[in-house]
Parts: sequence; C-alpha cells; structure tokens
Amino acid sequence: MRVQEKIIEGVLWLSAVITILVTIGIIWVLLSESLTFFKEVSIVDFLTDTQWTPLFADKHFGILPLVAGTMLTTAIAIAVALPIGLTIAIYLNTYAPAGFRATIKPMLEILATIPTVVYGFFALTVVTPFLQSFIPNLAGFNSLSAGLVMGIMIIPMISSLSEDAISAVPKSLREGAYGMGATKFQTAFGVLVPAASSGILVSVILAISRAVGETMLVAIAAGQQPRLTANPLVPIETITTYIVQVSLGDVPHGSLEYRTIFAAGITLFVFTFVLNNISFWIRKKYQEKYD
Amino acid sequence: MTNSELNRFKDKAFQWFGIFCTMIGLVVLAIFLINILIDGLGRIDWDFLNNLPSRRAHRAGIYTAWIGTIWILVLSSLIAFPLGIAAGIYLEEYGKRNRMASFLEVNISNLAGVPSIIYGLLGLEIFGRVFGLGGSLLTGALTLGLLILPIIIVTTREAIKAVPRSIRDASFALGASKWQTIWFQVLPASFGGILTGVILALSRAVGEAAPLIVIGALAYVPFAPKSPMDEFTVLPIQIFNWISRPQEAFATNVAAAIIILLLITFMLNGIAVYLRNKWQKKVKW
Repeated sequence: MRVQEKIIEGVLWLSAVITILVTIGIIWVLLSESLTFFKEVSIVDFLTDTQWTPLFADKHFGILPLVAGTMLTTAIAIAVALPIGLTIAIYLNTYAPAGFRATIKPMLEILATIPTVVYGFFALTVVTPFLQSFIPNLAGFNSLSAGLVMGIMIIPMISSLSEDAISAVPKSLREGAYGMGATKFQTAFGVLVPAASSGILVSVILAISRAVGETMLVAIAAGQQPRLTANPLVPIETITTYIVQVSLGDVPHGSLEYRTIFAAGITLFVFTFVLNNISFWIRKKYQEKYD
Repeated sequence: MTNSELNRFKDKAFQWFGIFCTMIGLVVLAIFLINILIDGLGRIDWDFLNNLPSRRAHRAGIYTAWIGTIWILVLSSLIAFPLGIAAGIYLEEYGKRNRMASFLEVNISNLAGVPSIIYGLLGLEIFGRVFGLGGSLLTGALTLGLLILPIIIVTTREAIKAVPRSIRDASFALGASKWQTIWFQVLPASFGGILTGVILALSRAVGEAAPLIVIGALAYVPFAPKSPMDEFTVLPIQIFNWISRPQEAFATNVAAAIIILLLITFMLNGIAVYLRNKWQKKVKW
C-alpha cells in the first residue's frame, strides 16, 4: 500500500517535471541553433543593420526591420484594444445591469476563441478594402488593418482581466466615493481605476505579449516585406511572419538561412519572456495590497 | 450648466460610450460572420467535405484537412490530458509548499505565455530532427500537446482547488489513503471543471496553424493520413493555403472552410460552457 502510494506520487511528480523539460528544450533549441548562427553573423550586425535580406543574393542580417514590423502591428492593436477594453471593463463593472453583464461577457470571449487565420482573412478581404475606400494609397498588405483586427481580437483579454481587477477593489472604497456624492464616472476614474491599476497593467502587458507572438493574422494581412518604417499603410514583415515564410519554402536544414528562424525565434522569445515575467512580478507584488 | 449638471452629463455620456464599445466588437464579429456565411454557405456540400485538394477551386475539397485535424486532436489529447491532469494533481495535492512547487508554478505560467510559433521551433528540432519523426502527425500532435499542456494544468488545479477541505478530511477519517482520497473523492468532484478546461484546450488546438507550419505540415497532401507517421495537413493550414492563391474562386472555398472550422470551434466551446453550467448546478457544497 505504502509502496503503491509512493509510486503514484512519483509518476505525478514526473508529469509536473516534464514542464521544466519543455522550458529547457525551448531554450536549448533556440540557443544552440542561434549560437551557430552568430558564429557566422556578428551580433552587432544582427542588432544594428537596418536591412533583413537573408533569402536574397545580397545578404543582410539586421533584425531591426522585423522588430519594427512587430512593434508597429502591436502598437496599433494596443491602441485599439486598451481604450475599448478598459471602457468595457468599467462599463460592465459599474454601469451594466447584472443580467446584461452575465450575457455579454461570454459573448465577448467568443472573440478570443476564433482561430487567427480567420481574423487574417477578415483583415485582408474585408477591412483592407473598406479602409482603401477612404485611404487610397493603402497597400493591399499593410500593418494598419492587421493591427486593427488584432486589436479587436485582444479586446476580451484586456476587458476580462481588467474587470476582474476592478471587481477586486474593496467595496468600502467604492461606497466611500458614492457617499461623498461622486458620480459613477468620477468613482470609476478617481477611485476604481487607480486602485486596480496594477491589475489593469498586467492585462495590458499580457495583451502586448500576445500581440507580439501573434502569427497567422499578420502573416496573412500585413505582408512579407521586412522594412524599417513606422508607416502603417505599407507592407511590412513581423518576426513571426518571417519564421512562417521560411518554413513554407524549401530552405535546406543546417544552412545559414535555416538558422535565421532560430535567431528570429530567440528574439521573439526574449520579448515575450521579459513581458510575461514583468506581469508575473507585478501580480505577485500587488496581490495582497488590500487584504 | 452647473457643476453637478456637467458631472451628470459626463456620467451619461460615458455610459453611452461604454455601450458603444461593448457593442463594437460584437458588431464587427457579426458583420464578418454574415459575410462568411453569404460567401461560403452555398459552397458546402458532400463533395466539398469528401474531395481531395485540387488545383481547380470548384473541385477542391477539405477531406484531407478535416481528417488531419481529427487525427491531431485525438493524438494531442492522448498526450496532453494524462500529463496535464497528473501535473495538476501533483501541484495542488502533493507539492504545495516547497520551493520546487513555486518554481514549477512560475515555469508553467511562463510556458503559457510562450508564442505558439516557438513551440513549432521546438517540435521541428526535438521531435522532427532529434527523434527523427519528421513532419508527421506524431510530431504535430506532440508539439500541440505541449502547447496546450499549461492550459490543462491550470484548469485542473483550479477545479481541484474548488473541492472543499471537508470532503478530504471525511475521506481521511474513514481511513482512506491520500491517493484513494484523490481518486475516489477529489477527482470525481472536480471532473466537470477538468473536462471543461480540457475541451477549451482542444478548441485552442483546433485553430492553431503556425506551429504546424513550422514543423513542416504540408499545405498539399494528396491522401488522407492513415497512421501517426504519415504527412498531414489541417483545416487552418488548408485555409491559409487557399487565402494565398490569387484566383477569386478560392475565396469561396476559404469562406466555406472557415464555416466548418468555426463550427468545430464553437461546438467545442459550447460543450465546455454547457458542462461548466451543468456541473456548477449539480455540485453544491
């Protein structure tokens, strides 16, 4: 009996430890391939060259254009999702009747369950033509419509997590504000949002991390032309799109071109890793603020 | 306008803005779904579901794609469910207060935030090259299995956490061992929550294309896979492939395939929501 219990505990422990192996696997794969890459390409060029043309005859290995493309789509997405998502969170928490909130929250979460290829198709065939009707020089592939649609996709992330943070603000603070004669609007922006700011910040950081790693939407709608620009009207390429582009072609295994996807991958991993850890740290630090 | 009138006006204005914001996402979603239904519904028939891919749009079907999707779902479930549920049980019931457990927790929350395409790079190197599985179904299933592992672990833990202390104490008091308590009391009581999480994880896996493209799943597979070692494609990759073709007729195929994909996704989510509600009503402590 005791032996059996120990064996079961051991099996369960092993299952949990596999998650550590996954992390080690990811880091090992990314590091080993990119270290070989950086033997051939200097890391200074990688970080400062303003052109990314590994698949052309005149090869340049500057990651900046891909990073710029990623930043641009992410910035547009957050510019859409933050104001809308936060407004939804405040509205649902302080204004909406309970029944309305109970039906609308799961409906909004549908937005997050739709596969991202579907969003890509939407951006390419509906949003871009619509925007072109009043922005004539908008290219067929562009970061604007990809970013706008990505913003809609991550609204539920910000609205749900921010709403959770706002409802966690103690009742006494809210009623204190109402007791002083404040309107709901004044209570929301004067008391609730500042009190819930760490939770809201976490939701935004997670949304940024999600947007940075988003792949199919930008691969379909934002183009495959790495360029260092802040112009949302022209085709660009994100880090993730580049990895997809190379994966679809026949780049031989072990070649320098093949290793570029791991160099791009480790750049992406570093971004999301830092963002996720900041959010984790904020959550831990401010969790017990009101307890 | 007096100050208090102004404040009341601001309050009302924000309320309307709130309604507007809440609706905007849903309206956009509705516009898109209606668009897709108009374009694609007429294209869906028996042939579309049963035809192999073809260069001619009107003869192309999604047979290989949906067979591949089902293979991937079944295989990655077989890999991720036992692992995820076991890990969840360990973290919640056994290793709660040691340093290892808190490290595991940070690690799992980090894994949940790793972009799916990075899992693709992991699968390409480890399963594809080191294990020598190439671009097979098994590589794809292992990759997606690891991708959904954190979701399953987190929901398992939450479901187990919801089982009250008293149930465990009662079981221990009757002389049950730790594992007997978990197996006969805690797991049955948290089954609904675990199942919900598992299905939500599956609905995530159904829509994934990026990691599978990276491991080398093909856009064009002439035959449906028959064993886990075969090459494969899945619905989202088929859709992506059709989107990148210039011919107008393929856009209709895309719309039709999206309807099928969304049907699967919504069905899985619907089942999850249904189970959650049913279990919440049934189990009252």
